Amino acid sequence: MDIHEYQAKSLLSGFGVVVPPGGVAYSPDQAVYVATELGGSHWAVKAQIHSGGRGKAGGVKLCRTYHDVQEAAQAMLGARLVTNQTGPEGKVVHRLYVERATAFERELYLGFVLDRKAERIRVIASAEGGMEIEEIAHSKPESILQIEVEPAVGLQPFQARQLAFGLGLNLKQVSQAVAIILGCYRAFRDLDATMVEINPLVVTKDDQVIALDAKMSFDDNALFRRPQVSEMRDPAEEDPREAQAAEHGLNYVGLNGDIGCIINGAGLAMATMDTIKYCGGEPANFLDVGGGASPERVGAAFRLVLSDRNVKCILVNIFAGINRCDWVAQGVVQAAQGLGVPLVVRLAGTNVAEGQKIIRECGLPIITADSLMEACEKAVALARGARLA
Amino acid sequence: MSILIDQKTRVIVQGFTGDKASFHAKEMIEYGTNVVGGVTPGKGGKTHLERPVFNTVREAVEATGAQASLAFVPPPYAADALMEAADAGLELVCIITDGIPSQDMMRVKRYLRRYPKEKRTTIVGPNCAGIISAGKAMLGIMPSNIYMPGNVGIVSRSGTLGYEAAAQMKALGIGVTTSVGIGGDPINGSSFLDHMARFEEDPDTRAVVMIGEIGGPQEAEASAWIKENMSKPVVGYVAGMTAPKGRRMGHAGAIISAAGDTAAEKAEIMASFGLFVAPSAAELGATVARALASVS
Repeated sequence: MDIHEYQAKSLLSGFGVVVPPGGVAYSPDQAVYVATELGGSHWAVKAQIHSGGRGKAGGVKLCRTYHDVQEAAQAMLGARLVTNQTGPEGKVVHRLYVERATAFERELYLGFVLDRKAERIRVIASAEGGMEIEEIAHSKPESILQIEVEPAVGLQPFQARQLAFGLGLNLKQVSQAVAIILGCYRAFRDLDATMVEINPLVVTKDDQVIALDAKMSFDDNALFRRPQVSEMRDPAEEDPREAQAAEHGLNYVGLNGDIGCIINGAGLAMATMDTIKYCGGEPANFLDVGGGASPERVGAAFRLVLSDRNVKCILVNIFAGINRCDWVAQGVVQAAQGLGVPLVVRLAGTNVAEGQKIIRECGLPIITADSLMEACEKAVALARGARLA
Repeated sequence: MSILIDQKTRVIVQGFTGDKASFHAKEMIEYGTNVVGGVTPGKGGKTHLERPVFNTVREAVEATGAQASLAFVPPPYAADALMEAADAGLELVCIITDGIPSQDMMRVKRYLRRYPKEKRTTIVGPNCAGIISAGKAMLGIMPSNIYMPGNVGIVSRSGTLGYEAAAQMKALGIGVTTSVGIGGDPINGSSFLDHMARFEEDPDTRAVVMIGEIGGPQEAEASAWIKENMSKPVVGYVAGMTAPKGRRMGHAGAIISAAGDTAAEKAEIMASFGLFVAPSAAELGATVARALASVS
């Protein structure tokens, strides 16, 4: 799960990470009010969407007057922001964060990730902040410093000092940077994060080290024990179909093709989509119905897939282990009544004979397939308008 | 022969008395698995499925000489159950549970390292379908009838895609020594490489199928090892050619987040290390047949 910048900053400041003073605004008037409350003479108005690259896309505006703040807020709220991470459809801005602007001399990079290979938390730092880490890795790889955290004891102060001195900070700055590095680490560990990124971490003229931006992602599997994180969920940032899917215990990711997919198991779902593509078609979605696919859940899966207007054909591919084919078949037959698009069903595994019998005898024009290849070939042909008996 | 388990392996079930665990324990027993008991804290001394229930894994091991366990424990308690199994000296724990926090698995893996390698528990999973040695024993939730006894090993991240491979092979008259599901999580108990090494040593395994997914470095790591160390042909496949970057595709581990994470990159790495790469998931069986023909 991702959260907004202002939420990440409020969490991190609880762990001793220094951030500029700021406040959230949902309207231009609120934005001006926040600016007057903050005081000072310069403010940054920042669009709050779950994406990096906001600055380049016009989502961060430096303002010198309250009128500027008002205008910037007016322009951003409700606008669709397209960054290099949002995809061409962009994201609509519903919230703003107004911060007192910070003049700085240096921009650094600080990141924490879960390293799958090392099975440890990895800390990454660079003196070349302000650009994306991929860009730093490409243009200034020698500037990247890395530390692996031993899980039994956690990140040690000496490791944070190594990074801080490695970034070329002076003595006054080092102690502040160490506090920020250790604070981010504790937040990562104690809140079950999968990513913490401070980019840029800035150094001001008077030797202050401040987190100017902050990004955090969390382990969905750990949200059950992190209520303070899960309550930060912003439904407006989520694809409504994906949110609807989650309510039914389904896993859905919308894509651009025209063959709707209903499959059990993430691996088989991806493999089926790949096979559709291999046969010359385009999948409209990823959908894993999961184990224990009841008729209700299969029905919900059909409604979800059909809510995508591009879908010209549906492919159901179930290899039942923990599932039962007869159970799934009942759900398919119920959902297929009055279906406006052709339907291909392939069943295999537990109770396959019973499941196939239900499909065969239901009297609906369901096209069956015995193998994965046959199922994909038929779905691709149907999506192209072919008529199969 | 087979790897990890056979009909003699003494097995306990952690979380034995739960509904799902009971259902699958019954299936395992019917298949011929030597289930000698189970563990549910607080239910020690009772009998379940005609087998003794213990409060702790340690007690179960002392009383039954158990060597392996199947863990059906909910996510919040799963890490604890795995460490308990390691502490009791079990050789193998297979954990089916989906939804274990990554940092919990990180701590479990670190905990295991307090034991010398030869005494260290092998964990298979989490978020997997389990292990089956065809015709001998089953430690998991798979439909057992699709596995024909034979000479090919299977290691798969995905449960259902592993079934797909076994079924395609069976249709071509190709059987399985052992099929291992390593699970779809970002940090798993054991890797492709761990099991590849076991299959290389198993005299009955003539070829191995490795079924990967987008995300993570394990497929590439195993492929490099195969090139250097493996005398048997290996078939490779990576699911997720059509997966968009940065989107989690069901499995917590199936997300393209770093260089080398995409299916195309992994398949290319596999091919460069001499694996037989299946062009599509529908051709897993046919590719295995081709790999077997190359050595006969």
